[in-house]
Amino acid sequence: MIATAFTPAASLLGGALIGAAAVALMAATGRIAGISGIAARLLPPYADAGLGGRLAFVLGIVLAPLVAGLVTGTVPVPRIEASLPLLALAGLLVGFGAVWGNGCTSGHGVCGLARLSRRSLVATAVFMATAFATVLATRHLL
Amino acid sequence: MLILLHFAIGLVLGLGLVIAGMADPAKVLNFLDLAAIPAGGWDPSLAFVLAGAVAVTALGYRLVLRRPRPLFDTRFHLPTATDLDTRILLGPAIFGIGWGLAGFCPGPALTALTTGGAPAWLFLAAMFAGMAGARWLAARPAASLAPVSPGR
Repeated sequence: MIATAFTPAASLLGGALIGAAAVALMAATGRIAGISGIAARLLPPYADAGLGGRLAFVLGIVLAPLVAGLVTGTVPVPRIEASLPLLALAGLLVGFGAVWGNGCTSGHGVCGLARLSRRSLVATAVFMATAFATVLATRHLL
Repeated sequence: MLILLHFAIGLVLGLGLVIAGMADPAKVLNFLDLAAIPAGGWDPSLAFVLAGAVAVTALGYRLVLRRPRPLFDTRFHLPTATDLDTRILLGPAIFGIGWGLAGFCPGPALTALTTGGAPAWLFLAAMFAGMAGARWLAARPAASLAPVSPGR
């Protein structure tokens, strides 16, 4: 494992920005800022005419690290510990599970909890529990 | 105009992920590692991400949802399902396992596209494959595994 520093202030600020984006999307388009739902609907079949907006939204997320790099002078690089086969398996599970459960960390974990949705509360409790259990298993038991 | 607004909102969300540290899978995995608490290796930062995001969203939604409609649509599109079916348990259970294996959920996987190299591309490709698989399975008339609830 790679040691990481506890960053309460930056994390709180980053979280507030995520919330601000969710509020802005609701104010503008009336939609939940669920990244998995928006990303999954980049794939056909399309149920509505919002593809351009979804593409632009996803492009904004994709380019964010480069914009951060322009401002601060260092592009933040994600530190990936998992092996390639594990990344492939993890990607399949994350993609499948997010669509099957109608949401991910943003849709259920942020927007759903903010709306006090019972389904989102259950979903968030379940994915936190299995994520904690998975890290316990891979780092300490296996 | 609306396309540009979507881009700006996505950019703010992505910057939030980056500033919060959530775009770094190492930080995510250290948050999920509760067994590291005794040894001092636990990083509780992500609890602050969630707290900040939920607090701002809850307050903002309260103000926004008082309005008759959003600025650029005729109505708010809020999820209407309230039942706790097997999908709302099984989907997140599978999602959490994948999240715990690599430390990536969909947002951070997207921010890693430009900065994470081939490993990030592999995760993203697999994630979209998983999404396509779930949509295909959910759209099949014979999907009798569980009652199909309307998508978000």
